[in-house]
Amino acid sequence: MASQYSNLSFKGYRRDNGRVGVRNHVVILPVDDISNAACEAVGNNVKGTLALPHSYGRLQFGEDLELHFRTLIGTGSNPNVAACVVIGIEPGWTKRIVDGIAKTGKPVAGFSIEQNGDFKTIMDASRQAKEFVHYATELQREECGISELWVSTKCGESDTTTGLGSCPTVGNMYDKLLPEGIYGVFGETSEITGAEHICKARAINPEVGERWYKMWKAYLDDVIEANKVDDLSESQPTKGNIEGGLSTIEEKALGNLEKIGRTSRYIDILKPAEAPASGPGLYYMDTSSAAAECVTLMAAGGYAVHTFPTGQGNVVGNPIVPVIKISANPRTVRTMSEHIDVDVSGILRRDMTLDDAGDALIEMIVRTANGRNTAAEALGHREFVMTKLYRSA
Amino acid sequence: MAEVPHFLVHSPKDNVGVVVIEGLKAGTDMLGVITETNTTLNLTALHDIPIGHKVALNDLAAGSTVIKYGEDIGKMVGDASCGGHVHVHNLKTKRW
Repeated sequence: MASQYSNLSFKGYRRDNGRVGVRNHVVILPVDDISNAACEAVGNNVKGTLALPHSYGRLQFGEDLELHFRTLIGTGSNPNVAACVVIGIEPGWTKRIVDGIAKTGKPVAGFSIEQNGDFKTIMDASRQAKEFVHYATELQREECGISELWVSTKCGESDTTTGLGSCPTVGNMYDKLLPEGIYGVFGETSEITGAEHICKARAINPEVGERWYKMWKAYLDDVIEANKVDDLSESQPTKGNIEGGLSTIEEKALGNLEKIGRTSRYIDILKPAEAPASGPGLYYMDTSSAAAECVTLMAAGGYAVHTFPTGQGNVVGNPIVPVIKISANPRTVRTMSEHIDVDVSGILRRDMTLDDAGDALIEMIVRTANGRNTAAEALGHREFVMTKLYRSA
Repeated sequence: MAEVPHFLVHSPKDNVGVVVIEGLKAGTDMLGVITETNTTLNLTALHDIPIGHKVALNDLAAGSTVIKYGEDIGKMVGDASCGGHVHVHNLKTKRW
């Protein structure tokens, strides 16, 4: 039966592979750290392009290298990207990323620096980037149904108000929009600790729940237990979390899980930066709980809009995905107002219902999808942070 | 408009609530709301408690389990009296 949300629509950019973007970036993507300078030079030469410098890409191997490729290919493939220039030190890995992005059907070209030098690479790449800007700027937004939107979530600088207000607001949104056929995703593996029994039970069936639990337990045993030197004080929960009143990881995890609402169930588990392939619905992505890393991985998975509940005021953004900030903390809403897109502090005063808060977030998601810049976009927050699994060779 | 509460409680099973106003002073007669059931309760604050920090809903002795969201969130490592401040100085996780 049609709900009041079934007829929601937005104006997006329809890509050749059928996906719909809400932004129209021409990205200049480095394969590796030493290609950042050339990418930034192209970004300066050609207005309307966006260079995405990062710190890695040399001598990685195994699953860590696979994650590096998956993240870069996924970033270029995100529907918010209209076209992409890839620059690497050598042609082999550059081509691998170009070929991965080309599967979407979007314009993509690769350039390598060895035997050319920075000057020639920058000149050739700039000429190509300029053509891509002409192409992208002629694309038009078209009317798209709400079901074509992919919405990710991850919270940051959480406090007790996120569990009371901003996280349940995202949960209310998912409970309303997932039945309309959107794709959702949540993650933050370390931060489910203390609520793992609840998260396991929120899988669509016991088999998926068991796979989730194994993934969570492996992180706990192989990373946290193997490397911790104390009780994770000031890391999980963070100093900011503690300032905001959170005392233990269990308390933080229970608040975090409010983001998946009351009725939503996840249908599959994704590796970091992996694109969902089991149809519409809610997914769990195995990510760090660090904001920039997590949002970068979800963007690489193909999500077009991010919803970010914050208590103490995490200011993170992402270069290609608009990050919508939601806060219920009246002090944060007052002292950091330039960072907050949706103020749900009325939930704490009991003059705003969760249902109203969810509707306010849905309205802001649609406005953002239509083109409204988020606070993080207006303030130039473009944190692009690759996740690295272990030391390079 | 209904009176603005001083603190909120997630579940009737909980033994702590969350202060949701700024500048709460010791001695304040507080109004609390249990959000799950929309029922109210009254309590006197024993300490100045910052916004977002927890208040004990009854006497919590060292070693007792703290319940929030109806779930175990750790154990008391110091005593807190009803209306007292509960945080990292007297509450710790039971793991790692």
